[in-house]
Amino acid sequence: METDIHKEEEHAAHSHGYGIYVLVFFGLLALTAVTVSVAGINLGSLTLTVALVIATIKTCLVANYFMHVKFDTPIFKVFIAVCIVIFATMIGLTFFDLIFRTP
Amino acid sequence: MSQDSEIAVHQAHVHEAHAHVGEHVHRDDMGSKMGMWLFLFTEVLLFGGMFILYAAYRFIYSDAYKVAAAELDTYIGTINTIVLLASSCAVVLGIVALQRKNKGLCLGFLWFTQACGAAFMVNKYFEWSHKIHLGIYPKGPALADMSEGEVVFFGLYYVMTGLHGLHIIVGMIFIGIVMMMIQKNKITHDNYQKLENAGLYWHLVDVIWIFLFPLFYLIH
Repeated sequence: METDIHKEEEHAAHSHGYGIYVLVFFGLLALTAVTVSVAGINLGSLTLTVALVIATIKTCLVANYFMHVKFDTPIFKVFIAVCIVIFATMIGLTFFDLIFRTP
Repeated sequence: MSQDSEIAVHQAHVHEAHAHVGEHVHRDDMGSKMGMWLFLFTEVLLFGGMFILYAAYRFIYSDAYKVAAAELDTYIGTINTIVLLASSCAVVLGIVALQRKNKGLCLGFLWFTQACGAAFMVNKYFEWSHKIHLGIYPKGPALADMSEGEVVFFGLYYVMTGLHGLHIIVGMIFIGIVMMMIQKNKITHDNYQKLENAGLYWHLVDVIWIFLFPLFYLIH
C-alpha cells in the first residue's frame, strides 16, 4: 500500500507538461538579454554584482525546473546546500588570505 | 515509518514482482540519481577551483582583465549562451516526451540537443582559431606585448572555456549513448533514469557556461 502511495507521488512529481519548461526557457532568454544589455551600461563596481546575481537566478531556474530539484525529494536541496557552503568557504578563505596578506 | 524501512518494503515488492516472471532485475533509480548528483558536485568543485583562481587574479589585475576582455566577441558568446539554453530545454522536453511514450519525439528533441552541442563547438572553433590567428595563445607573439594581467586572463580563458568545451563533447557522447539505448528500448517510459542522469550532466555544463559567459565576455 505504502509503495503505491510512493509511486503515485513520484508520478505526480514528474508529470509536468511541455509548457512549463518552454516558459522557463523564455525566462532564461529574457535574463540573458538583461545581462547582455546591462553590461553595456557603466555601473562601475556594480557591474560584476549584477552579472553574478543574474547568473545565480538563471542557475536557480535551471536547477529547480530543468534538473527537477523543485519537484524532487528535499534531500537534494540539502546536498546542494552542503556543496555551496563548502565552495563559499573556499572562496572566503582564499580572499581572507588575498586581502590581509602582507607582502 | 522511517525512510529505510519504506525502501525495504519497496524493494521487497519489486523482488516479489520479479519473482513471478522468474528473473531478478536490480534497479535503484534514487541511488542512481544520488550518485549522479555526487559526481556533479565533484565537477562543481573542479570548475569552482578555477573560478576562485579567476576571482583572485581579477582582484589583483582588474584593469588588465577589462583590456583583455575587450578582445572577446560578445556576439559569439551570446549566441552560444542561447544555443546552450535551447539544448538544455530540449533535453528536459525529451524526458516529457518519453514519459508520454512518444519515443520518436524524444529522440527528435535529443537530436536537437546534439545539433546545439555541435553548433556550440563550431562557434568555439571559429572563436579560438581567430584568436590564434591574432597570435593570442600560450607563448604566442601577441602575448609578448601584453601586461602580466592580460596574459593571465587569456590563460584562464583558454583553460576554462577549453575544459568546458571538453565537457560539451563528453555530454554529447553521453547523450548519444542514451539515444542508442532509447532506440533499442533499453530506456523506456517507465525506466528512464539514465536519460535523466545524462540530462543532469548536460544542465550542469549549461550552468557552468551561465557563469563563464558574463565573467569572460561581459567585462567592460
